[in-house]
Amino acid sequence: MQFFGGSTAVEASPAPAAPPGTLTGLAGNNANVLYIFNRNGVCLLYREWHRPLRTLDAAQDQKLMFGLLFSLRSFTAKMDPTSSEKGNLGVPLLPGQGCSFHSFRTNTYKLSFMESPSGIKLILVTHAKTSDLREALRYIYNLYVEYVVKNPLYVPGTPIKSELFNTNLDQYVKTLI
Amino acid sequence: MASIYSLFIISKSGGLIFYKDYGSSGRMDTNDSLRLASLWHSMHAISQQLSPTTGCTGIELLQADTFDLHCFQSLTGTKFFVVCEPGAQHMESLLKVIYELYTDYVLKNPFYEMEMPIRCELFDLNLSQAIQKDRVALLGR
Repeated sequence: MQFFGGSTAVEASPAPAAPPGTLTGLAGNNANVLYIFNRNGVCLLYREWHRPLRTLDAAQDQKLMFGLLFSLRSFTAKMDPTSSEKGNLGVPLLPGQGCSFHSFRTNTYKLSFMESPSGIKLILVTHAKTSDLREALRYIYNLYVEYVVKNPLYVPGTPIKSELFNTNLDQYVKTLI
Repeated sequence: MASIYSLFIISKSGGLIFYKDYGSSGRMDTNDSLRLASLWHSMHAISQQLSPTTGCTGIELLQADTFDLHCFQSLTGTKFFVVCEPGAQHMESLLKVIYELYTDYVLKNPFYEMEMPIRCELFDLNLSQAIQKDRVALLGR
């Protein structure tokens, strides 16, 4: 089953090919934060490259992020102007059900979101002027599949502790603009 | 081309004070629009807490599969947001025009009570004209 129609090799060239580090002043790393959640809200990975401001401790921050995404998905499903029959607000939505958002932007950051059919949610927080990062998120999802899911020692639903995954992720993030 | 599906105005305490639908099949009844407005108000606030850097003033653009949502927050905390087609241009300027109409026809109306639903004829009239002009200008291109 090819969900993304992607290749099995991780060396597949990422779509957002661009000169690294052009827009931001951040040396090398062009993203701020990455979160990966599973469908139960467990934070599988929290990776931070540039985060000067931390308002809450890590656990609270992750819960808040998950809660925000849950509410945003309910909101967009209900707000959808193209479909007339919708469920009620607050009804838990299955992955792929209802209109979902793929990014939002504030004046200081841009958050890009992707949910796989199995409920794995990827969130990438970057600077505000980033372009569409859906391809980048798909690439990171492929990295997750290759280095984490296919690792026989990995127990699904537990935090990710794979060195290979982290290294490849850091390398890839350096190439984003 | 681009036209808006609906417009919401939220007071600074999070209550919906104005909702107008411009022809989406997702027309909502009053209760739903009230709930969604409050939900948006809370999420706008939460997004400021999750910012990795200081100085965040909340969500300005939300991009979903079938629509985009542009939000403008005035200095006093009143939020104006429009639901439009994906990729619609010039929504920020439209929101600023709506804000000006709000200050002229709602705030300067001596009979208008703050944070109450907007029931000003002149505001409705001028708003329709502004939206119509926007639509005609875009279709004319």
